[in-house]
Amino acid sequence: MKRIALLGMPNTGKSTLFNRISGASARVGNWPGITVDLMSAKILIGGHIAELIDLPGIYDLHGFSDDEQVVRHFLANNAVDLVIVLLNSSQIDRQLSLVLQIKKLNLPAVLALNMADEAKQSGITIDTNSLAKDLQMPVMQISAKYGDGLPKAIQAATQIINQNNPASDPQLISKLLEDDNQIEHEMESLIQHHVQIPATLTDNTTDKIDQILLHKWFGLPIFFAAMFVLFQFIFTAGKPLQDGLAWLLALVRSSLLEPLFTSSPAWLHGLMLDGIYNGVATVAAFVPIIVLFFLVMSMVEDSGYLSRAAFLMDALMAKMGLDGRGFVMMLMGFGCNVPALMGTRIMRSRPMRLLTMLVIPLSLCSARLQVFIFMITALFTAKQAPIILFSLYVMSFFTMFLTAVLFQGRYKNSEPFILELPPYRFPTARQIILRGWQEVKHFLIRASKFIVIGVVLVWALTNFPSNVPPASIGTFAGQIGALFAPLLDPLGINNQLAIALIFGFVAKEIVVGALAVIYGLQGDALMAQMATQIDWVQAMSFMLFTLIYTPCLSTIATLKSESKSSAFMWLSIAWSLALAWVVSFIFYQSARWLGY
Amino acid sequence: MQFLSQLQIGQRAIISAIEAEESLFHRLSALGFRVGKPLRIIRRANFNGPLHVRLGTTDVILRSAEASRIQISALSI
Repeated sequence: MKRIALLGMPNTGKSTLFNRISGASARVGNWPGITVDLMSAKILIGGHIAELIDLPGIYDLHGFSDDEQVVRHFLANNAVDLVIVLLNSSQIDRQLSLVLQIKKLNLPAVLALNMADEAKQSGITIDTNSLAKDLQMPVMQISAKYGDGLPKAIQAATQIINQNNPASDPQLISKLLEDDNQIEHEMESLIQHHVQIPATLTDNTTDKIDQILLHKWFGLPIFFAAMFVLFQFIFTAGKPLQDGLAWLLALVRSSLLEPLFTSSPAWLHGLMLDGIYNGVATVAAFVPIIVLFFLVMSMVEDSGYLSRAAFLMDALMAKMGLDGRGFVMMLMGFGCNVPALMGTRIMRSRPMRLLTMLVIPLSLCSARLQVFIFMITALFTAKQAPIILFSLYVMSFFTMFLTAVLFQGRYKNSEPFILELPPYRFPTARQIILRGWQEVKHFLIRASKFIVIGVVLVWALTNFPSNVPPASIGTFAGQIGALFAPLLDPLGINNQLAIALIFGFVAKEIVVGALAVIYGLQGDALMAQMATQIDWVQAMSFMLFTLIYTPCLSTIATLKSESKSSAFMWLSIAWSLALAWVVSFIFYQSARWLGY
Repeated sequence: MQFLSQLQIGQRAIISAIEAEESLFHRLSALGFRVGKPLRIIRRANFNGPLHVRLGTTDVILRSAEASRIQISALSI
């Protein structure tokens, strides 16, 4: 099989081109020599089946940033038959260096100049024929977004592939990568001969929009308003979708699965329906939110606004060892941690990405909000309720800030904060939909097994041994709760609440349901019963613990699949448990000491 | 001697030297920061935030820490 690598600088529309060529057939794969996933797709080209690989966007092959290392290691470990280099036509004056570096490596290459339309608008003219002659490789102008010029580029690629030349020798490449210089002079002379650039750019729409969106005082309020509207959209549009999905899943259960398992033994019935099927339902519940989130995110990202958000928020985020892009993800975490963690992929420096991923699970997501509203209604007056809820949000921000400050030394960001501000662009619907679909696929493949196993495990813990009522003190979960009593008693968390916390490990959505099972009561009766059993100090301590400890199995599964490190996943679990314990302990003990 | 971090908004300047370790130097040069290139500052973010710089056809944002590694000579007009 032939192998074609797609290479380009960031913001050149590389992924758009990749998606256009590969359609929905793309998959995520591992490659020798590198630790991150790369997208690849099998395509038919000139009678050969070829594998097209989307390499990360890089500025050059020197290999100082994480992404540059990835590309170097890829080329030094994998033979390739062709490199398609994609450049932004309107920035050819500096991007050409990448082509020259590839040429120095003697890699067979085709140069595609993207965004031909933008370059034309700016008055930049490129003589592709003469440039091709000097570069000794095919050069053509294309538009990855609309597909113009693409057939010609594919044709040129086909010709090279059909020559059946031997593929690149990774060892030789790794040697050649060591020495590359004097490219700069070559570049200057090429630009002078084949490209005409006007002194000032004629298109200033972006400038006008920037004057408003990056305004000294209005920029930030506009940014917050925009984020609020977008997240509001995700959750208002997501809620009916989630409800519909839940209804459908309940229908399948009651009309198909229940009759199917009526005659089977109780344990099998429980395992299949309360274990595995509930696990599947837990996974499914996230799908609408992930789709909507990435629809919105790819819109924000492709439009060029994300880099602007980084500009606006950087002064504050730099103090926490993070950058402005992380802030968008942190905000998203208040809706749902899972897509927020997946979204950190936009951060190219691994230490900073890990730090952001450590912080996100501490944001008070909508599932935790349900638990708090239930507890607050049960134990506080209507007057106190808003203050209590507000203090939980403050606490959430505080723990995020504390975590970032404490761990920023460990996850030291080595990459300088220098970002390009691309001009504003309209993303196409095709681009956005493909992205949403790929992210859901990624989540389902990576997270579903983990989540289903976890749900089954908690089901088993709360249902065995089978001679005691489910979720009672006599079950394994109750025994574990009792085992941890010496640790949880100083927090005012009794055995029943401890079992609810074990349930909460799966998902916060089921905590209230779990309390109903544990106490054998529903709704108002349950609230009344709880109000007699625990006082407000215990309730607050329980809520603080719920806020800070591990959000849910799906978050853990996502942490593991996104960081590709079990150690990091365990660190996140351990840190959040320890922090939850300390915060609840300090609160409970000082409240008691003060006489409450 | 003047650094990019000290340049006024809207003022034009020519890069006269870049003093940075290799990785930063390469990142800067890949984005178009080379000796002899003209540039100007479009805006600054509040609270000592990043600078928005325009070099030729490229707009770049960078923190003042990085901007203070770039020596410039301001043009009078």
